[in-house]
Amino acid sequence: MSKDWPLFEVFIRSRAGLEHKHVGSIHATDPRMAIEHARDVYTRRQEGVSIWVVRSSDITASDPAESDALFEPARDKIYRHPTFYAIPDEVKNL
Amino acid sequence: MNAKVNEPLLRYVLRLGDTSLVLGQRLGEWIGHSPALEEDLSLANLSLDLIGQARLLLSYAAELEGKGHDEDALAFLRDAPQFLNLTLAEQPNGDFAQTIVRQVLLDAWQLELYEALATSKDTRLAAIAAKAVKETRYHFRFSSGWLVRLGDGTEESHRRAQNALDGLWRFTDELFAADEVDEAQAAAGIAPKLAELQPRWLARVDEVLREATLQKPASVRHPWYGKNGVHSEHLGHMLAEMQHVQRTYPGAQW
Repeated sequence: MSKDWPLFEVFIRSRAGLEHKHVGSIHATDPRMAIEHARDVYTRRQEGVSIWVVRSSDITASDPAESDALFEPARDKIYRHPTFYAIPDEVKNL
Repeated sequence: MNAKVNEPLLRYVLRLGDTSLVLGQRLGEWIGHSPALEEDLSLANLSLDLIGQARLLLSYAAELEGKGHDEDALAFLRDAPQFLNLTLAEQPNGDFAQTIVRQVLLDAWQLELYEALATSKDTRLAAIAAKAVKETRYHFRFSSGWLVRLGDGTEESHRRAQNALDGLWRFTDELFAADEVDEAQAAAGIAPKLAELQPRWLARVDEVLREATLQKPASVRHPWYGKNGVHSEHLGHMLAEMQHVQRTYPGAQW
Protein backbone atom coordinates (compact mmCIF):
# COMPACT_ATOMS: atom_id res chain seq x y z
CA MET A 1 0.00 0.00 0.00
CA SER A 2 2.67 2.48 1.03
CA LYS A 3 4.39 2.08 -2.31
CA ASP A 4 1.48 3.93 -3.85
CA TRP A 5 1.86 6.91 -1.56
CA PRO A 6 3.75 9.88 -2.99
CA LEU A 7 7.11 10.84 -1.52
CA PHE A 8 7.58 14.16 0.29
CA GLU A 9 10.87 15.84 1.17
CA VAL A 10 11.04 17.12 4.75
CA PHE A 11 12.74 20.31 5.94
CA ILE A 12 13.06 21.13 9.63
CA ARG A 13 13.88 24.40 11.36
CA SER A 14 15.71 23.33 14.49
CA ARG A 15 15.50 26.67 16.34
CA ALA A 16 13.93 30.05 15.78
CA GLY A 17 16.27 32.12 13.62
CA LEU A 18 17.90 29.17 11.88
CA GLU A 19 17.10 28.06 8.33
CA HIS A 20 15.04 25.00 7.43
CA LYS A 21 17.31 22.08 6.61
CA HIS A 22 16.58 19.01 4.55
CA VAL A 23 16.41 16.02 6.90
CA GLY A 24 14.96 13.23 4.78
CA SER A 25 11.74 12.10 3.15
CA ILE A 26 8.48 10.35 4.07
CA HIS A 27 5.49 8.85 2.27
CA ALA A 28 2.06 10.44 2.62
CA THR A 29 -1.15 10.73 0.63
CA ASP A 30 -1.48 14.49 1.05
CA PRO A 31 0.36 17.50 2.54
CA ARG A 32 -1.53 17.37 5.83
CA MET A 33 -0.53 13.75 6.38
CA ALA A 34 3.01 14.60 5.26
CA ILE A 35 3.34 17.18 8.04
CA GLU A 36 2.04 14.63 10.56
CA HIS A 37 4.39 11.91 9.38
CA ALA A 38 7.32 14.34 9.31
CA ARG A 39 6.45 15.39 12.86
CA ASP A 40 6.25 11.79 14.04
CA VAL A 41 9.39 10.61 12.24
CA TYR A 42 11.73 13.59 12.50
CA THR A 43 10.78 15.66 15.57
CA ARG A 44 10.39 12.93 18.19
CA ARG A 45 13.38 14.21 20.14
CA GLN A 46 12.64 17.93 20.01
CA GLU A 47 14.58 18.39 16.79
CA GLY A 48 12.36 21.12 15.42
CA VAL A 49 10.12 24.13 15.81
CA SER A 50 8.88 24.28 12.21
CA ILE A 51 8.36 21.81 9.36
CA TRP A 52 8.19 22.27 5.60
CA VAL A 53 7.17 19.45 3.29
CA VAL A 54 7.20 19.45 -0.48
CA ARG A 55 6.32 16.76 -2.94
CA SER A 56 9.55 15.23 -4.21
CA SER A 57 8.11 15.33 -7.72
CA ASP A 58 7.84 19.13 -7.44
CA ILE A 59 11.58 19.50 -7.01
CA THR A 60 13.65 20.26 -10.10
CA ALA A 61 17.20 18.96 -9.69
CA SER A 62 20.33 19.72 -11.66
CA ASP A 63 21.50 16.97 -13.99
CA PRO A 64 24.70 15.24 -12.82
CA ALA A 65 25.67 14.93 -16.49
CA GLU A 66 25.82 18.72 -16.65
CA SER A 67 28.14 19.01 -13.64
CA ASP A 68 31.09 20.07 -15.76
CA ALA A 69 29.17 22.87 -17.41
CA LEU A 70 27.48 24.02 -14.22
CA PHE A 71 30.24 23.81 -11.63
CA GLU A 72 33.65 23.54 -13.29
CA PRO A 73 33.82 27.18 -14.46
CA ALA A 74 33.86 28.37 -10.84
CA ARG A 75 36.91 26.33 -10.01
CA ASP A 76 39.61 28.75 -11.26
CA LYS A 77 37.95 31.92 -9.98
CA ILE A 78 39.58 31.92 -6.59
CA TYR A 79 39.28 35.71 -6.41
CA ARG A 80 35.61 35.14 -5.54
CA HIS A 81 36.66 33.92 -2.12
CA PRO A 82 37.16 36.71 0.42
CA THR A 83 40.33 34.98 1.65
CA PHE A 84 41.94 35.74 -1.73
CA TYR A 85 42.52 39.37 -0.73
CA ALA A 86 45.17 40.52 1.71
CA ILE A 87 43.68 42.89 4.25
CA PRO A 88 45.76 46.02 4.96
CA ASP A 89 46.89 46.27 8.55
CA GLU A 90 45.17 49.65 8.88
CA VAL A 91 41.79 48.03 8.48
CA LYS A 92 40.72 47.09 11.97
CA ASN A 93 37.17 45.88 11.79
CA LEU A 94 36.36 43.86 8.71
CA MET B 1 -2.94 6.66 60.33
CA ASN B 2 -4.35 7.13 56.84
CA ALA B 3 -6.87 9.83 56.28
CA LYS B 4 -10.14 8.47 54.97
CA VAL B 5 -9.84 7.50 51.30
CA ASN B 6 -11.84 9.73 48.97
CA GLU B 7 -13.42 6.76 47.20
CA PRO B 8 -15.34 8.69 44.50
CA LEU B 9 -12.24 10.71 43.55
CA LEU B 10 -10.16 7.52 43.45
CA ARG B 11 -12.68 5.91 41.12
CA TYR B 12 -12.81 9.02 38.98
CA VAL B 13 -9.02 9.10 38.55
CA LEU B 14 -8.90 5.34 37.86
CA ARG B 15 -11.49 5.80 35.10
CA LEU B 16 -9.35 8.42 33.40
CA GLY B 17 -6.10 6.51 33.88
CA ASP B 18 -7.51 3.16 32.79
CA THR B 19 -9.09 4.67 29.68
CA SER B 20 -5.73 6.11 28.61
CA LEU B 21 -3.89 2.90 29.47
CA VAL B 22 -6.27 0.57 27.63
CA LEU B 23 -6.46 2.80 24.55
CA GLY B 24 -2.68 3.15 24.56
CA GLN B 25 -2.23 -0.61 24.73
CA ARG B 26 -4.66 -1.09 21.84
CA LEU B 27 -2.75 1.36 19.66
CA GLY B 28 0.48 -0.39 20.59
CA GLU B 29 -0.93 -3.57 19.05
CA TRP B 30 -0.61 -1.89 15.64
CA ILE B 31 3.17 -1.67 15.88
CA GLY B 32 4.62 -3.77 13.09
CA HIS B 33 1.20 -4.15 11.43
CA SER B 34 0.38 -0.65 10.21
CA PRO B 35 -0.37 0.07 6.55
CA ALA B 36 2.89 2.03 6.26
CA LEU B 37 6.09 2.48 8.23
CA GLU B 38 5.14 6.09 8.91
CA GLU B 39 1.76 5.02 10.36
CA ASP B 40 3.56 2.59 12.64
CA LEU B 41 5.46 5.50 14.14
CA SER B 42 2.40 7.76 14.30
CA LEU B 43 0.30 5.19 16.14
CA ALA B 44 3.19 4.36 18.48
CA ASN B 45 3.55 8.07 19.26
CA LEU B 46 -0.13 8.29 20.16
CA SER B 47 0.20 5.15 22.24
CA LEU B 48 3.18 6.52 24.17
CA ASP B 49 1.37 9.78 24.90
CA LEU B 50 -1.58 7.83 26.28
CA ILE B 51 0.57 5.52 28.38
CA GLY B 52 2.37 8.59 29.72
CA GLN B 53 -1.00 10.03 30.77
CA ALA B 54 -1.93 6.71 32.32
CA ARG B 55 1.29 6.67 34.38
CA LEU B 56 0.58 10.11 35.84
CA LEU B 57 -3.05 9.31 36.54
CA LEU B 58 -2.45 5.84 37.99
CA SER B 59 0.37 7.15 40.19
CA TYR B 60 -2.09 9.68 41.56
CA ALA B 61 -4.72 6.97 41.99
CA ALA B 62 -2.24 4.80 43.88
CA GLU B 63 -1.54 7.69 46.28
CA LEU B 64 -5.25 8.31 46.78
CA GLU B 65 -5.77 4.63 47.45
CA GLY B 66 -3.03 4.68 50.11
CA LYS B 67 -2.31 0.95 50.08
CA GLY B 68 1.30 1.22 49.02
CA HIS B 69 0.62 0.29 45.39
CA ASP B 70 2.32 2.09 42.51
CA GLU B 71 1.28 2.73 38.91
CA ASP B 72 2.68 -0.64 37.79
CA ALA B 73 0.76 -2.58 40.43
CA LEU B 74 -2.45 -0.91 39.27
CA ALA B 75 -1.69 -1.54 35.60
CA PHE B 76 -0.42 -5.10 35.79
CA LEU B 77 -1.98 -6.71 38.85
CA ARG B 78 -5.66 -5.85 38.61
CA ASP B 79 -8.22 -8.03 36.86
CA ALA B 80 -10.75 -6.87 34.30
CA PRO B 81 -13.61 -6.13 36.75
CA GLN B 82 -11.29 -3.75 38.63
CA PHE B 83 -10.53 -1.77 35.49
CA LEU B 84 -12.77 1.28 35.16
CA ASN B 85 -11.98 2.34 31.58
CA LEU B 86 -14.66 3.37 29.11
CA THR B 87 -15.91 0.35 27.15
CA LEU B 88 -15.15 2.15 23.88
CA ALA B 89 -11.41 2.19 24.65
CA GLU B 90 -11.14 -1.60 24.92
CA GLN B 91 -12.88 -2.38 21.62
CA PRO B 92 -10.58 -4.34 19.29
CA ASN B 93 -8.53 -2.58 16.63
CA GLY B 94 -10.48 -4.29 13.84
CA ASP B 95 -9.49 -2.82 10.49
CA PHE B 96 -7.76 0.54 10.26
CA ALA B 97 -11.12 2.32 9.94
CA GLN B 98 -12.34 0.88 13.23
CA THR B 99 -9.17 2.01 15.00
CA ILE B 100 -9.55 5.50 13.55
CA VAL B 101 -13.25 5.84 14.42
CA ARG B 102 -12.58 4.70 18.00
CA GLN B 103 -9.73 7.20 18.15
CA VAL B 104 -11.74 10.16 16.84
CA LEU B 105 -14.58 9.54 19.31
CA LEU B 106 -12.22 9.22 22.28
CA ASP B 107 -9.83 11.99 21.21
CA ALA B 108 -12.74 14.43 20.99
CA TRP B 109 -13.91 13.28 24.43
CA GLN B 110 -10.48 13.57 26.03
CA LEU B 111 -9.96 16.93 24.38
CA GLU B 112 -13.11 18.42 25.90
CA LEU B 113 -12.46 16.75 29.23
CA TYR B 114 -8.81 17.78 29.59
CA GLU B 115 -9.57 21.36 28.54
CA ALA B 116 -12.09 21.53 31.37
CA LEU B 117 -9.92 19.65 33.86
CA ALA B 118 -7.04 22.06 33.29
CA THR B 119 -8.91 24.48 35.57
CA SER B 120 -9.86 21.81 38.12
CA LYS B 121 -9.75 22.66 41.83
CA ASP B 122 -7.69 19.49 42.18
CA THR B 123 -4.27 20.93 41.31
CA ARG B 124 -2.77 17.52 40.58
CA LEU B 125 -5.46 16.71 38.01
CA ALA B 126 -5.21 20.24 36.60
CA ALA B 127 -1.48 19.81 36.01
CA ILE B 128 -1.90 16.41 34.36
CA ALA B 129 -4.70 17.74 32.14
CA ALA B 130 -2.70 20.81 31.13
CA LYS B 131 0.06 18.53 29.83
CA ALA B 132 -2.29 16.00 28.27
CA VAL B 133 -4.45 18.52 26.43
CA LYS B 134 -1.57 19.49 24.14
CA GLU B 135 -0.95 15.86 23.23
CA THR B 136 -4.65 15.29 22.72
CA ARG B 137 -5.01 18.24 20.35
CA TYR B 138 -2.50 16.52 18.10
CA HIS B 139 -4.23 13.14 18.49
CA PHE B 140 -7.50 14.67 17.31
CA ARG B 141 -5.80 16.42 14.42
CA PHE B 142 -4.29 13.10 13.36
CA SER B 143 -7.38 10.91 13.80
CA SER B 144 -9.91 13.36 12.37
CA GLY B 145 -7.68 13.88 9.32
CA TRP B 146 -7.70 10.15 8.75
CA LEU B 147 -11.44 9.81 9.22
CA VAL B 148 -12.09 12.46 6.57
CA ARG B 149 -9.63 10.71 4.25
CA LEU B 150 -11.35 7.35 4.75
CA GLY B 151 -14.96 8.57 4.76
CA ASP B 152 -14.48 10.88 1.81
CA GLY B 153 -12.12 8.47 0.06
CA THR B 154 -12.91 5.42 -2.02
CA GLU B 155 -16.13 3.44 -1.99
CA GLU B 156 -14.47 0.74 0.10
CA SER B 157 -12.86 3.09 2.64
CA HIS B 158 -16.20 4.92 3.04
CA ARG B 159 -18.03 1.66 3.61
CA ARG B 160 -15.49 0.49 6.18
CA ALA B 161 -15.54 3.81 8.04
CA GLN B 162 -19.35 3.83 8.14
CA ASN B 163 -19.40 0.20 9.36
CA ALA B 164 -16.97 1.06 12.14
CA LEU B 165 -19.03 4.09 13.16
CA ASP B 166 -22.24 2.02 13.18
CA GLY B 167 -20.55 -0.62 15.33
CA LEU B 168 -18.95 1.69 17.87
CA TRP B 169 -21.50 4.46 18.28
CA ARG B 170 -23.48 2.59 20.96
CA PHE B 171 -20.49 2.86 23.31
CA THR B 172 -20.55 6.68 23.21
CA ASP B 173 -23.60 6.72 25.50
CA GLU B 174 -21.26 5.86 28.39
CA LEU B 175 -19.06 8.92 27.78
CA PHE B 176 -21.73 11.25 29.13
CA ALA B 177 -23.71 9.00 31.46
CA ALA B 178 -23.06 10.82 34.75
CA ASP B 179 -23.30 8.76 37.92
CA GLU B 180 -22.57 9.53 41.58
CA VAL B 181 -18.81 9.48 40.95
CA ASP B 182 -19.03 12.09 38.20
CA GLU B 183 -21.55 14.18 40.08
CA ALA B 184 -19.46 14.26 43.25
CA GLN B 185 -16.45 15.57 41.31
CA ALA B 186 -18.57 18.14 39.48
CA ALA B 187 -20.08 19.34 42.75
CA ALA B 188 -16.60 19.71 44.27
CA GLY B 189 -15.34 21.75 41.30
CA ILE B 190 -12.90 18.97 40.43
CA ALA B 191 -14.43 17.83 37.15
CA PRO B 192 -16.75 19.40 34.58
CA LYS B 193 -20.41 18.40 34.36
CA LEU B 194 -20.64 15.72 31.69
CA ALA B 195 -23.92 17.21 30.47
CA GLU B 196 -22.00 20.37 29.60
CA LEU B 197 -19.30 18.48 27.74
CA GLN B 198 -21.70 16.53 25.57
CA PRO B 199 -22.86 19.31 23.21
CA ARG B 200 -19.27 20.47 22.69
CA TRP B 201 -18.14 16.91 21.95
CA LEU B 202 -21.05 16.38 19.59
CA ALA B 203 -20.36 19.60 17.70
CA ARG B 204 -16.74 18.54 17.23
CA VAL B 205 -17.66 15.03 16.09
CA ASP B 206 -20.50 16.26 13.85
CA GLU B 207 -18.12 18.55 12.01
CA VAL B 208 -15.70 15.71 11.25
CA LEU B 209 -18.49 13.32 10.23
CA ARG B 210 -19.92 15.93 7.89
CA GLU B 211 -16.58 16.47 6.23
CA ALA B 212 -16.07 12.72 6.06
CA THR B 213 -19.54 12.30 4.47
CA LEU B 214 -20.49 9.77 7.16
CA GLN B 215 -23.93 9.28 8.70
CA LYS B 216 -24.22 9.61 12.46
CA PRO B 217 -26.04 6.55 13.84
CA ALA B 218 -29.05 6.91 16.14
CA SER B 219 -28.24 7.19 19.84
CA VAL B 220 -29.02 4.22 22.04
CA ARG B 221 -28.74 3.65 25.76
CA HIS B 222 -26.15 1.05 26.60
CA PRO B 223 -27.18 -1.38 29.37
CA TRP B 224 -23.80 -1.55 31.15
CA TYR B 225 -20.66 0.49 31.46
CA GLY B 226 -16.94 -0.27 31.62
CA LYS B 227 -16.46 2.64 33.97
CA ASN B 228 -18.35 0.58 36.56
CA GLY B 229 -16.09 -2.41 35.99
CA VAL B 230 -18.49 -4.23 33.66
CA HIS B 231 -16.65 -4.93 30.42
CA SER B 232 -17.01 -6.48 27.01
CA GLU B 233 -15.30 -9.84 26.49
CA HIS B 234 -12.40 -8.08 24.77
CA LEU B 235 -10.78 -6.51 27.84
CA GLY B 236 -9.83 -9.80 29.50
CA HIS B 237 -7.98 -10.99 26.40
CA MET B 238 -6.17 -7.70 26.10
CA LEU B 239 -5.12 -7.73 29.76
CA ALA B 240 -3.92 -11.34 29.49
CA GLU B 241 -1.44 -10.22 26.88
CA MET B 242 -0.56 -6.93 28.58
CA GLN B 243 -0.04 -8.46 32.02
CA HIS B 244 1.48 -11.77 30.93
CA VAL B 245 5.11 -11.02 31.82
CA GLN B 246 4.35 -9.47 35.20
CA ARG B 247 1.98 -12.30 36.12
CA THR B 248 4.45 -15.01 35.06
CA TYR B 249 7.50 -13.40 36.63
CA PRO B 250 6.18 -11.30 39.53
CA GLY B 251 8.36 -8.28 40.21
CA ALA B 252 10.38 -8.78 37.02
CA GLN B 253 12.25 -5.66 35.93
CA TRP B 254 14.48 -4.63 33.07
